[in-house]
This record gives sequence, C-alpha cells and structure tokens, in this order.
Amino acid sequence: MDPNLWTALAEKSLLDHPTDRRSFLKICSIVAAAVGLPAAAAEEMADAVAQGRRPSVIWLSFQECTGCTESLLRTSHPALDELILDLISLDYHEALMVPSGNLAEEARMKAMDDNDGAFILVVEGAIPTKDDGIYCKVGGRTALDIVREAADRAGAIIAIGSCASWGGIPSADPNPTGARGAPAVLEGKTVVTIPGCPANPYNFLGTALQYATFGTLPALDEKGRPMFAYGRTIHEHCPRRAHFDAGRFVQQFGDEGHRLGYCLYKMGCKGPQTHANCSVQHFGETVDAWPIGLGHPCFGCTEQALAFRVPLHTTAVIERPMPPDTYPPIVAEKGEVSPWATGVAGAVVGAAATAGLMASRKLAREGVDDGEKEE
Amino acid sequence: MDLDRRSLLKGVASAGAAAVASGLGATEAVAAERRQAPADAVGMLYDATRCIGCKTCVVACHEANFPNPFEEEEERGDMYFDPVDLDDRCRNIIKLFKDGERRSYVKRQCMHCIDPACAGACMIGALQKREHGAVTYDPSRCIGCRYCEVACPFNIPRFEWTKPFSSKIVKCELCSHRLAEGKIPACCEVCPTSAVIFGRYPDLVEEAHRRIAETPGRYRDHVYGEHEAGGTQVLYLGPPHVEFTELGLPALSDDSVAAKPRTLQHGIYQGFLTPVALYGILGAVMWRNRRSAKKDQAGGQEETP
Amino acid sequence: MSTAAARVEGPLWTRAFKIVFAIAVFGLAVMAWRFAVGLGAATGLNDGYPWGLWITFDVVCGTAFGCGGYAVAILVYILNKGKYHPLVRPAILTSALGYTMGGLAVAVDVGRPWLVWKVPFSPTRWNLSSAQLEVALCIMAYMIVLWIELAPAFLERWKDSDRPGLARFSERSLGFFEKALIWIIALGVLLPTMHQSSLGTMMLLAGPKLSALWATPMVPLLFLLGCIAMGYGVVVMESSLSARFFGRQRETAMLASLSRAIVVVLALWLVIRLLDLVVRGQVGAMLGSGAQSFWLWLELLLAAAPLAMLLVKGRLRNSGWLFGAAALAVVGGTLYRFNVYLTAFDPGVQYTYFPTVPEIFITVGMLALELTAFIWLVKTFPILSGTRPPATHEV
Repeated sequence: MDPNLWTALAEKSLLDHPTDRRSFLKICSIVAAAVGLPAAAAEEMADAVAQGRRPSVIWLSFQECTGCTESLLRTSHPALDELILDLISLDYHEALMVPSGNLAEEARMKAMDDNDGAFILVVEGAIPTKDDGIYCKVGGRTALDIVREAADRAGAIIAIGSCASWGGIPSADPNPTGARGAPAVLEGKTVVTIPGCPANPYNFLGTALQYATFGTLPALDEKGRPMFAYGRTIHEHCPRRAHFDAGRFVQQFGDEGHRLGYCLYKMGCKGPQTHANCSVQHFGETVDAWPIGLGHPCFGCTEQALAFRVPLHTTAVIERPMPPDTYPPIVAEKGEVSPWATGVAGAVVGAAATAGLMASRKLAREGVDDGEKEE
Repeated sequence: MDLDRRSLLKGVASAGAAAVASGLGATEAVAAERRQAPADAVGMLYDATRCIGCKTCVVACHEANFPNPFEEEEERGDMYFDPVDLDDRCRNIIKLFKDGERRSYVKRQCMHCIDPACAGACMIGALQKREHGAVTYDPSRCIGCRYCEVACPFNIPRFEWTKPFSSKIVKCELCSHRLAEGKIPACCEVCPTSAVIFGRYPDLVEEAHRRIAETPGRYRDHVYGEHEAGGTQVLYLGPPHVEFTELGLPALSDDSVAAKPRTLQHGIYQGFLTPVALYGILGAVMWRNRRSAKKDQAGGQEETP
Repeated sequence: MSTAAARVEGPLWTRAFKIVFAIAVFGLAVMAWRFAVGLGAATGLNDGYPWGLWITFDVVCGTAFGCGGYAVAILVYILNKGKYHPLVRPAILTSALGYTMGGLAVAVDVGRPWLVWKVPFSPTRWNLSSAQLEVALCIMAYMIVLWIELAPAFLERWKDSDRPGLARFSERSLGFFEKALIWIIALGVLLPTMHQSSLGTMMLLAGPKLSALWATPMVPLLFLLGCIAMGYGVVVMESSLSARFFGRQRETAMLASLSRAIVVVLALWLVIRLLDLVVRGQVGAMLGSGAQSFWLWLELLLAAAPLAMLLVKGRLRNSGWLFGAAALAVVGGTLYRFNVYLTAFDPGVQYTYFPTVPEIFITVGMLALELTAFIWLVKTFPILSGTRPPATHEV
C-alpha cells in the first residue's frame, strides 16, 4: 500500500467522521484499489454497507502465534480497522472480540445459525490431529471438531498464514502434535490458502473483500493459493534480480556487496523456489519492509518444502535456469555432423566403389578373349 | 586421327596454355566497374562505443517487421524472444564480444551494400537495390533457391528452414515500408543512446570521420563498410582495442563480390551474340556434314569411318 | 547381328529391377516426408551452407552425368564421326534421365518449387547479370530438347501400333524429325555448352567464401571440359554395362577409340587446371591448405589416373580396363564439382554441414528412380542397338 496515500488520508481527517456517502465511497475506492479490485467494487461495497449487508466472518484460532492477526492490524491508520469492521461483520475473533468464555462460544453459534451457508470462515493456526486432536481444545471441544463443523456450514473458507495453510511452525520436525493445515483436515472442501509467516495482509484482504463484494473467489492454484499473489516466485520479480543476472552476489553479511544491495542468493535466499508477492507488496506499508529489502535472504515462509525445513543459509535450487538477458555470442554455431549420416554416406560410397570395381573386374574377365571385330 | 603420345602432349599443352593465358589475361584486363552509392542513398551509422546492449532495437525491429510479433515464439513455448543469431524471425541482433577486459557490443543486420552480391545472384530479381540504396526483398518472386545466401559475404540472408512449404528469405530491409511513410528504421528510432543513427549516406560517412577526428582515443581509426566489398550503406565505428573481425565483421577487400562474375557473364553473353553465333555455326557444320554424307551415299561410296 | 536399335528382350520384373524399384519408391516416400517436415528437419543445411548434397550431387553432378548425349553429339554430328552413331540414342536417354533427375532435385531442394515455372515466363523480371538465370533457362530448355531428341525411339515403336491414329501421328512426326534434326541437335549442343560452363561461373559469386584453390575465371572452361569427359565416361560405362546385362553387342572397339576423346579432354583439363594454379600463385597453397589440399590432390589424381590408364596401348581392348578408366573419369569429374561447390566453400567457423540420413536416402532414391526409368525404357522402346549375335563368333 502506498504510504503517501495513507498520509493523504490521515491529513484529510475524513476517516474519523465519514459523514457522507461521497467520502465513504472515496475510502471504499482506496480500499478496493489497494487490494486490486476493480473500481466498480467501491460502489458495491458502499451499497452493501448502507443496506446493512455486511458478511459475517467467523475467525477461528488454533495453533497460532496471532502474528497473522497482528499483520492484518498493521494495514493502516487505526481508523481502517473500523472500516474493515464496518465492511464486514467480525462476529467471532478470540483476540479482538469483547466477550470471552462461554459467552464467546454462544456468540459464535448464534452467528453461524444466523448466517448459515453464507459466512466467511477464516482459520488461523494449524490444527493438531494426533490422538484425536486433544492438543488444542477450545471450550472442551477439539480444534478438529470445531473447524469441521464450521466448515460444513461456511460459505467460503480462507486459511490465513502458513500454519493454517499447511501446518507452519507447529508442523516442523518432529511435529509432536500432528499439526496440519486446514485443507488437509477439511477434505473435499475448497479452502483458499494465504501462506506466509506472517501472511501479507493485503493478500487476505483482497480475497475476503472480493468474496464480500462479488461473492466469488479469485483464481487459485493447485494448493488453493490466489494466483494474483502466489502466481510467481520471488525470483521472478525481485528488485535485486539484475544483480543475480549480472553475477553480483553478497559473499558475507556486511561486506561491500551487502552494502551495495547485491543479490542474496549465495546467502541462502529461497526466492527462486518461493511463490509469494512480498517483493511487490511490502509489509507494514513501509517501502522495503520485507526480508530481502532489509538485507536478509528470503527463507521461503510460504512454502511447506522450505520453511522450517531447509536451513536459512542453504542455497536454493533455481527452478527456471534461463535468464533472459544472456547475450548472443559473436559466433553462434550451426550445423552438426551426425554419426549415423557419416556411416550411411560411407556405406553408400563404399557400395558404389565396390560395385564399380566388381563390374570392372567382371567385364575384364569376360571381355579380353571376346575376339570382336573392329567395326 | 592417329594420336601418339608426343603429339597429344604438344597439342594439349599449347591449347591449354593458350586458354589459360587468354582467359586469365582477359578477365584481369577488364576492370570490374566500381559502382557508387545512389544519389539519394540513405544508411545507418552504428557506433559500438555508444551501444549499451539494451536490445531495444532487436525488439523494435521484430515488432515493426512481423505482423504478429512474438506469437510464433509463444506457440513454441519460448518464455522470451531471445534469438542467438539472425534467423527467419530475427532481422536485427545485438551480440556481445568479451575477452577479459575487452568488450564491445555489435549490431548485426543487412549491410545494404552499394553493389550487393545477393541482388546480383537472384535470377528473378526478388532482391533489389532500391533508389535510396536499401536492398529490399519481394517474396512474390522468390523460389527459395538460396543463391543469395551463397553470395552474401556477410552471411546475412536467412531462410525459413522450419516451414515445410513456402519457405522464403528474411533479412533487414532498412524498414523500407516505414521509409515510404516518411519514418525512419525502427531500430534507429528507439535507440536510447543514438548508437545507431539513420541519415543520408554522405552525411553518415562524414559524421563517422568527424567522430574519429574529434575523439581519436575513443575509436579505432577505421570506418568499417566505407570500402569493404565495394562499400556498404551501413557503417560501423568500433573501440580501438577490439578488431572488427572479433565482432564478426569479416575482413574483406574493396572489391565488390558481384562485379567479377557479372563481368565474366556479360563478357561471354553480351547481347546474346555468342550463343546465336554458336548456334549458327553448329547448324551450318551439321548441314554440311549431312549434305556430304548424302552425296557419298548417292555416289555408292563407303562412309569413311 | 544387327546394329539397329531394338527393345531389350526379357521380362521387366527381374529381381534386380524389383530391388531398384523398391529403393526408388522408398526415395519418393522420403521426398514426400521432406515436404511434410521442411528442409530444416529433413536436411543438414543451414544459413551458412544453404547448398548441400542435393544441389552439388543431384543437380550439378547429375546433369554432368547427363552430358553423354552432348558429348556424343559433338563427336557424331559436329566432328562427323558417324561410326559412333549407335552410341547416340542410349546416351540421349541417359542424358534425358540425368537432367530430369536434376530437375526433380531442384524441385525438392528449393523452398517454393511451384514458382520455378514462373521464371521462364517473366522476362521483365530477369536479372541478366545472374549466371543462375542462364543456367535455369538453359537447363529447362535442354530438358525439353533431350526428350524431343529421344522421341524417335518412342515414335519408332508407336508407328507399328494397332491404333491407327497413333501410328499415323508417329509416321508424320518421324518425317518431321528427318528434316528438323539438325536444328534440334544444334540446340542440344549449344545449350549444354552454355549452362554447364555457367554452373562453374555461378560459384564465383561466393567471392571471398570460395577458396583460392578453386576460385578462378577459368572455372567455366574447367566445368565444360569436365562435363564432356564425364559424358564420354558415362557413355562408356553405360555401354559396357548394357552389353553385360542386356545382351548387347560388345562395342569395345568403338569405346576404345572413343576413349581417345576422353584422353584429349582430360589432358586439356589437367593442363589448364595446373597452369591456372601456377599462374595465380597458388602452388604453395596446394600443399599448405589442410583438408582442402587433400581434396585438391585427390581431384588431380582422379583426373590423371584415367588419363594414364587410357594411354596404356595394350589395355584398350580390355572391356574392364576401359570401364575402370571411364568410371574414374566420372568420379574425378564428380569430385571436382563437389570441391567447387562444397569443399572450396567456407562460410565461417561457426557453420558445419554434413548431409543427414534422409538427405542421403533421397539422393540414393533419385538414382534408383533414374535406373528404374532407364531399365523400363530400354525394355519398352528401341533405344539400345547391337543385339548380340548367337554364341559362335565370326572370325
């Protein structure tokens, strides 16, 4: 999100008192643009709010550090929290809601009953599956139970963060609790996953607001990740890519190259194998607030095969080793001599030569004593 | 004809010597004419020392000359339009020469020779030198025989090897279609550093020499293309520490490639006189032979073997 | 015995014929495949070596193999040596087939063969400086002339046909031929003189890419002499083989005296070739040019060897010796043309060329096609003369 935009908003002070439709619409446009929705979405959002149609969101928390929630809360000037809460109806969130204990659980059941089949289910944190899932219980019920029941009744399911997407840190070896992501325990259901540790809040917002406004989900890849955020690897749109292509690497933290912002591949950057958009959508709405931008190699937090498995400073495998800016050499070789062809050519020439020799011999033998007359 | 070895040797030796002497002598004596650039000649000047290798000219050329740029590459599943050499989809290319600290980029495309060998080769006039000097290609006449490829000393024309039918030649045509609309070649238009510029040929020759004179340490003291192969309308300036041959530009004499064979061919066949004369002689000889044969037969004499 | 031309007796579908026919059909299939996949996939040709096996062998050498008719016509009709007359018709047949194969090879090699027929009919677009124009027009014309020259063989058979229309047409045409023969044959001597020499001139346009060992203004003359020597050579080979395989009278004596013409032509060729190298200062290069030196010396050897063989008086009556010398002359001439078109041609270090297996198959298939046609034609029409007498010899 462009920090200048937010400064402008703050200066306008409209946010504190969005008194008229026009200023509210303006704010909705800003939010729509920020999450990559078309301009038309703004009006729809504003209308939905005006008509009191705010989709219900049930946010379940399991084996998580609450980092993804914190990340979401860092999307703005505090007033945007209110905006988000005005655009959607966050009916259950353990960290943010007022009630607690049994009251909280009752509020959740009521919200699910009132919005049966229509609410957005957000899952944060991994779900333990070992020993029937006893390692995480809320109100006496296992996480496994709760999430399955909610998933059956939800309109859309979004797993935010690596933990909810594929197990995250709790699933790291030896995974004593059998922690798994939401898609793994909700077989047969479409689960949008927003991996990352933490997830980039705008990836979540884009997905949630699209569903809230249009009722559709963005295009997903085979792991349920929205293509608009996870369609490319960090390596493919990294600002330090030119250094990689030119062979300029950091050799040691703090060396001259590091100061000059060279490529961190040799320091173990997992960018080439990591699908994410951190390089274009930074964190905390601060330019360069992301690992590589700050001078540390990417550790592949979105990828189950990498994060918490492959050591931080182990070099990554390059998935597509054809850089676009190699230069054609002066001499580009063309043409080859196939051994088969040489063999065949040799055989043909040999056969012709043999035939000629044989014919010559044969004619010689038959011709010498023929005794023909001169014509 | 009684042939003994000695008379054979004598006869053949003298005939052979006469043939070689007259043949070689005659062709040396006839000075191959040296053609000049046309009055309205235009061309390009490529200054390798200004080139940054951005390859914008490669992309611009592709977009200006192919109706569906990049479509074929996408069909082939190529991720990038990244030709390694000139070919049937690439009329202009930037190459890099690197040897330790010595580096230079070089832009390769048709040289638009003043006396083009390719146009001299093409029997049906598909390749022609136009009034402004660009050597253009008319595919409607081309049979795909590739004689032009044999002839070009710079190995520029490329053939559509991958097409099963209707394979034709592809090469830079100095964006003649754009020149006709009052525009300049696409590569010259997009070059961010003006490494390649378009202009009137005499002006470009002058500019090239002016640059060498004003900043001699920056350039090799030679304008490539000014005289090579009879002169080309695309000129090159290069850095002093790199030979033009290292950039892939062949070392050529000042003789036009097309001139000698043309002189030889015209010498023999000028005005079609020789063939007609020979035909007449052959016919006359055979006529006489037949008449004498008929006379012999009528006279009841044996034919002499 | 008879010296008149007659059909070769015997069945057509012998085992040998079946084999040759099968190879020809296979060759045609590979040709069709070439049109399905394109030249890039079918051949080893590239932009550095745009001409390869097909142009060099099938066209340039193939038409030279077809210079038998030309060479014999000079002897019989210009130099008035009537005794060689029985050699004319089979030589014309070999020539017609050789040139037709060359034409087929061009059709397979060029990128747009259907436009080739536009060339003779677009005089306003002709490039008169191009040696290739002259070659193309002359070859097209000569191909027609050859089949016309061969026509009497077909007409002689058709005039005895059961179909009265065909018989009458044949009689009248034969009459026309009687009168017009001279002017057709004159064309048949003029046209090859023009294009066989220009085939050499064509390669001069390769300019700096053509090795100095072969690049000389004498190349048209060398090509002309070469094709005449090859023409006589092919005639000797064809006559010897026909005698052996088609029960024809051995013409060894005639061929022996014909070999004198080969001697003269080869000697001239060698003298001009060597003198040219000396005068142009290429003697040092003759040994110091690596692989090219090897091919140059082989070329000279293959011209000198048949020359030497044919100067050995005692062996000239030996059919096998004659055949061997003739074959060497043909191979030598072929190698010279190969050298000018391929060995001497150097487009630069980055380019390599060697024919691919399909390329070789198509060439072999074309030769087989030519042989198939030859066998069928001599067994159908009166072309070969001198049917062999019964076993007892007249002394």
